[in-house]
Amino acid sequence: MDRPPSTDISEDDQEPTSDERSPESPLARIASAAAGTGEGSIVVTGICGRLGKRVARVLHRGHRVIGVDRRPFNDKPKDIEHQQVDIRRKKLKDVFRSGDVQAVVHLGVMHDPRASAADHHSWNVAGFAKLLEYVAQFNVPKLVVLSSSNVYGPQPDNAQFLSEESPLLGGQNFSDIRDLIEVDMLAQSFFWKLPKTDTVILRPVHILGTVHNAASNFLRLPTIPTLLGFDPMVQVIHEADVVKAIELALKPGVRGIFNVAGPSPLPLSRIIDILDRPSIPIPYTFGKMILSRMWSLRLTSFPVPELDHIRYVCMVDDTRAREVCGYTPDYSIHETVRAVNDGIW
Amino acid sequence: MSRPNETTRALAKIGGFARSAAPFVRGLFGAAEQTLDDWLASRLGEDFNERLARVPLALGPAGVDPFGLDPQWAKYAIASVAFLHRHYFRSDVFGIENVPKGRVLLVANHSGQVPMDGAMIGAALFMDADPPRIMRAMVEKWTQTLPFISLFFARVGQVVGVPENAERLLEQGEALLVFPEGAKGISKTFDQRYKLVDFGLGFMRLAMQTGTPIVPVAVIGGEEQYISVANMTGIAKLLRVPAFPVIPQLLIPGGQLPLPTKYRLYFGEPMVFTGDPDDDDSVIEEKVWLVKATLQSMVNRGVKARKGIFF
Repeated sequence: MDRPPSTDISEDDQEPTSDERSPESPLARIASAAAGTGEGSIVVTGICGRLGKRVARVLHRGHRVIGVDRRPFNDKPKDIEHQQVDIRRKKLKDVFRSGDVQAVVHLGVMHDPRASAADHHSWNVAGFAKLLEYVAQFNVPKLVVLSSSNVYGPQPDNAQFLSEESPLLGGQNFSDIRDLIEVDMLAQSFFWKLPKTDTVILRPVHILGTVHNAASNFLRLPTIPTLLGFDPMVQVIHEADVVKAIELALKPGVRGIFNVAGPSPLPLSRIIDILDRPSIPIPYTFGKMILSRMWSLRLTSFPVPELDHIRYVCMVDDTRAREVCGYTPDYSIHETVRAVNDGIW
Repeated sequence: MSRPNETTRALAKIGGFARSAAPFVRGLFGAAEQTLDDWLASRLGEDFNERLARVPLALGPAGVDPFGLDPQWAKYAIASVAFLHRHYFRSDVFGIENVPKGRVLLVANHSGQVPMDGAMIGAALFMDADPPRIMRAMVEKWTQTLPFISLFFARVGQVVGVPENAERLLEQGEALLVFPEGAKGISKTFDQRYKLVDFGLGFMRLAMQTGTPIVPVAVIGGEEQYISVANMTGIAKLLRVPAFPVIPQLLIPGGQLPLPTKYRLYFGEPMVFTGDPDDDDSVIEEKVWLVKATLQSMVNRGVKARKGIFF
């Protein structure tokens, strides 16, 4: 089991449940790999997600990357370490023990509307708290947390562009995402409590691409339902631009909360036009009724409160990210929207 | 994902029916649009479209500004208020050259039970100002929960009434209209006509914070469009509406339309205020009082100067 990292790609494929590895092995592996490079490594949680893999592919060119994810990592680049551990487990500490972790990128947030609330809470909040504990204990100089603009929540009285100081009201009508707001809050309090660590909280708008989030799944529907008489302005961002923002957030000296938006906003109807897919307008009350029925019959993956995203605005002002991090989106609105087609399977 | 696919396929079938009728409907719309465009040009003069092209707008690649203003939509809204402005209320506009080119806060008296005064000021800025401008105003938050209405407001450039939006619009260099009297002003009874009620202070703080000149606008003619003899505040409270005016003319056939009074719009000299926007209410109140007094005297002069209500 204790092999150099270059040969364990096939291992991962054969043993998807390799949680029973000996506790020393990760340590030994990190130590052996660290001997090769002068600088520290970047720990990426949730690396096996679609966004995580993209982040890993960009970061491993310049840094040593250690992935933490309980899922298996197929087609992993050779120089990436993968620790198949649950972030709630003590084993996570071994990753930090080597003492040369220079940054932690936390992408491993669970957002599965079907998962139980208890599971969600313990993974997102307890798991993240554990991670923060190790970041503090091992004096990691940088922490990047991927939150979301959804923490502000779509509201009828939202300002057209919300600043980073706007209250996080996303859980007001959608209690299932309260743990995601709590993650954001935990990171904020960590930012104040440990000034030695440069904590960065990124709040990107709806991420589009191969990712399987609600926004991309919604735009991949063969016929896109809309709400009759509502056509809110929306902001979307290409997954590669999110990766770019994460990369910029890792720059030394960058700290704080940053909204991250893609190309200029446009009405939902224009996005559907770009995709050239049929849409069907449904009156709100009727749509809500159908959706809650479908949800209880497990026919849809969209919980009812998500309807508000196609009803009200929830847009952000990303001036700070542009000025402080030097962030600008690379992908045009057409490329960004069409990227959801890459995720159809 | 397989499950949603099944259900959306069912939806797609319904959509299929709608689509088979679509080319016909689209043809009808196309024809209607052409006729409407021709009619607009004939009633409002050829320069209407030329004016629309000259409006300075911050449009994104989708042809929509960040607040959702779409000139292709706004065109028809502007055309209909321009029609009222020219042919129904036959507005006379004075001092429009006082409106500066960049950011400006238009402060007007509110009247007439329905906000026709706002529409007329907007029409004047588009039809009579040079360069033509699309005026922005703020709408009540709860309108955003209404289908079509929220959509319509957004597409014609009206934004949700929160301070952040006002600030952003002014920083974008827009002309923003405010009625500091609020709902109390618009629902004045006939005996209180042309008497300004108390002003809010928010607009002054906004102007000072963004360094925006204030242009007072006196609207004459609005008070007589719907004659309200009383305001049933009890019923209004019960129905949770801001006011419940008693308007006898509504009972007469055709009286539902506003009376075709002649509107007169007076744009005053820009007023610039400096100081700390977060100052005490008493300090801000003095400045607000200055604007209110200026506007009241403009209104008084306007009322005195007119020879008749309908001509």
